Amino acid sequence: MRILIVLFLFLITACSQQDGTVPAEGDAAKPAHGDTILMGSIGEPSTLLPVLAADSASSDINGLVYTGLVRYDKDLVIEGDLAESWEISADNRTITFHLRKDVTWHDGAPFTAEDVMFTYQLYIDPETPTAYAERYRQVSKAEVVDPYTYRVHYEKPLATALISWSLGIHPKHLLEGQEITKSPLARKPVGTGPFRFVKWDAGEKVVLESNPSYYEGEPNIHRVVYRIIPDQSTMFLELRSNGIDYMGLTPLQYTDQTDTPNFKRNFNKYSYMAFAYTYLGYNLRKPMFQDKRVRHALSYAIDKQELVDGVLLGLGQAANSPYKPDTWPYNPNVRQFPYDPDQARALLEEAGWIDSDNDGVRDKDGEPLAFTIVTNQGNEQRIRTGEIVQRRFREVGVDVKLRVIEWASFLKEFINPGNFDATILGWSVSLDPDSYNIWHSSKTRPGELNFVNFQNAEVDDLLERGRRTYDQAERKRIYDRLQEILAEEQPYTWLYVPDSLPVVGKRFRGIEPAPAGIMYNFDKWWVPASEQRYKR
Amino acid sequence: MLLYLSKRLMMMVPMLIGITLISFMVIHLAPGEPTDLQTDLNPEASVEMKERLRAQYGLDQPLYVQYGQWLGRLARLDFGESFSQDRRPVFDKITERLPITILINVLSIGLILAVSVPIGILSAVKRNSPFDRGTTIFVFLGFAMPSFWLALLLMDFFGVRLGIFPISGLRSIGYEYMGPVQQFFDALHHLILPVFISAFGGLAGFSRYMRSNMLEVIRQDYILTARAKGLPERVVIYRHALRNALLPVITILGLSVPGLIGGSVIFETIFAIPGMGKLFYDGVMMRDYPLIMGILVIGAILTLIGNLLADVGYALADPRIRKG
Repeated sequence: MRILIVLFLFLITACSQQDGTVPAEGDAAKPAHGDTILMGSIGEPSTLLPVLAADSASSDINGLVYTGLVRYDKDLVIEGDLAESWEISADNRTITFHLRKDVTWHDGAPFTAEDVMFTYQLYIDPETPTAYAERYRQVSKAEVVDPYTYRVHYEKPLATALISWSLGIHPKHLLEGQEITKSPLARKPVGTGPFRFVKWDAGEKVVLESNPSYYEGEPNIHRVVYRIIPDQSTMFLELRSNGIDYMGLTPLQYTDQTDTPNFKRNFNKYSYMAFAYTYLGYNLRKPMFQDKRVRHALSYAIDKQELVDGVLLGLGQAANSPYKPDTWPYNPNVRQFPYDPDQARALLEEAGWIDSDNDGVRDKDGEPLAFTIVTNQGNEQRIRTGEIVQRRFREVGVDVKLRVIEWASFLKEFINPGNFDATILGWSVSLDPDSYNIWHSSKTRPGELNFVNFQNAEVDDLLERGRRTYDQAERKRIYDRLQEILAEEQPYTWLYVPDSLPVVGKRFRGIEPAPAGIMYNFDKWWVPASEQRYKR
Repeated sequence: MLLYLSKRLMMMVPMLIGITLISFMVIHLAPGEPTDLQTDLNPEASVEMKERLRAQYGLDQPLYVQYGQWLGRLARLDFGESFSQDRRPVFDKITERLPITILINVLSIGLILAVSVPIGILSAVKRNSPFDRGTTIFVFLGFAMPSFWLALLLMDFFGVRLGIFPISGLRSIGYEYMGPVQQFFDALHHLILPVFISAFGGLAGFSRYMRSNMLEVIRQDYILTARAKGLPERVVIYRHALRNALLPVITILGLSVPGLIGGSVIFETIFAIPGMGKLFYDGVMMRDYPLIMGILVIGAILTLIGNLLADVGYALADPRIRKG
């Protein structure tokens, strides 16, 4: 009897699988409203006021509840959001935004330029504990021309000025005259976005639902539930038992654990380059790294493909520049450092590092070529990368120790004071190529981001010009040159760009991977009426 | 007795202040500050901004001033506001997580007692029998097995393969639409795996403790007397021996009072339960000083009260202590 039932179940699922593979039939082709998507989130959001939020869980939710004046479209080109259109003055110092007139806040109040003005003032208010004021402090004057026209002036042209207005706009009528840190909106937000807030069960979940008066049309998916599941393995078990519909996978989960017919029947996996890279940075204050030949040798000694295969299980690609390979600032024509241990040995010898005492470690003036790579605890990929790199370095006669340190101590004791030899870390890549804070020689004070102490007059000049230039072709030339110099100097050995590996339940349609990822058209995703799982 | 009680209560005040002083110093010894989360490795945060943020949190003051301010607020029963970005009152953050942690801990201690006391008694009475050996292996297996590993195995088996238990969380997605009875069973359904896991590891300690207490009592002269009187073995064990063997359990229960509000981080993380363990861990990772101090103070008070209760309870239960 039991066998019969199992067989029967198998037949049902087998049939439905066939149905699923036949597209464009019946209601399966027509966007329908309804259903709930359950999103897995490792962290709990801290605050649902964009001005205060700095963590990714908060930003994900804020991105659905709030909207900004402009945004990136699927091809990463800036397009209007709350702003219908905008004009940039001939001297590139004034931007005039024309706002949409059909926008209301989730509580029904109309959205006007006063809200934009209020948000700007909120960011630059010294009483506001935000780490994001810098972008608006460059504004010399902001004005509300009329209820639907907003104008900002800059002292000097700023290339990132336009996109800086993509930050979520806050409602003036609910926040004015209040202490922002005590506002109830931090836990009960009111925005202008496609989804409005329903409830937040602390430590459990945040529930949103579609906003019927969203200015680009009500989203198809009725409810969004962010389930807070702090453990990656638990989240994966929840996924397999339909407890969640969306999560980001680890490479191991992506390649091995989801390679079953049952999983493929219920889920779609995606992979595309993440906006991030991992690097090995050399502290250029240390004499041993001041010799460019040593940095070149170390770069030649690392097999980047081996790292991609071993650490990312092939889900990523070797990196050689601080920009994402499929975006416009990326320059493919820079000096490359393919895996070449012989070249590495030759360069080290040329630099005077010879194994004179035959202990397997090169030395010069009695000093061995030995150093320590530090990285932070909690990131397995970086630790494994360190172990592989360590072995490759030993093969060319460089003795390397690997030290893994808890995050706060890692920054306070090692990175910020510049008290390290080399470090494995990663940067997330912003869409604008301005990387002044990471490479400019003025940003080498303790706690600033040029902690490898890279100083190059031409780079300084390029960075300053790059952020003041509006013309994209001109900027492209500037950042192409920047990448040439960085490749030649190798202050970092760029290691790899990992892939983002999201997985989404198969009943969700309308997902179109693009350079921006998959979430850019989340409000257009839909579930065919016959496949909807949650009716309320 | 009253004099003794009031003396003990008076003693708790300086002890508490001492505990908070040491805790405060120790957590400030750890490198890093609450503002780091927002500013470190953030290309948008300038040095001036960092200073301004520090000043807003009062971190630019000397440590003794910060401690004084904190103690002053505490005297008015104000735990202050969390330094995490939500800036909520520490009291609210703790009280919203306290009920679930206490519930799970009470259920789990109840389960531990219900299982380990009989195991302890039986294995003492039938010392070195197959039952004794078998339960010894069983409870030590629970003690030695990493709870996160067992939890994942059970979740995979009961949740994914059989689909009879929910994997994590406290409630189903449609909880709001259920009737009260359904809600109760839904919550219960979600609690079975976590309570089992948290109790399993605690069986060993309690049952071994019970066993050795029992063995010790059985060897006493008055048990010999009871047997010599010709009382049935059942009466000897359950009336005469058990009562005395249970005495030290009072102490253990008293000492486990502070444990009621403490949760295990690993356990709560695995089951996605918003409890005190995760709250404290996240607080430490973020260097959220007011939150850490708040939890430590509550823990310290409960420890002191638990000790007091254990002493008083012991005195009430055992005339030898009361009179001696």
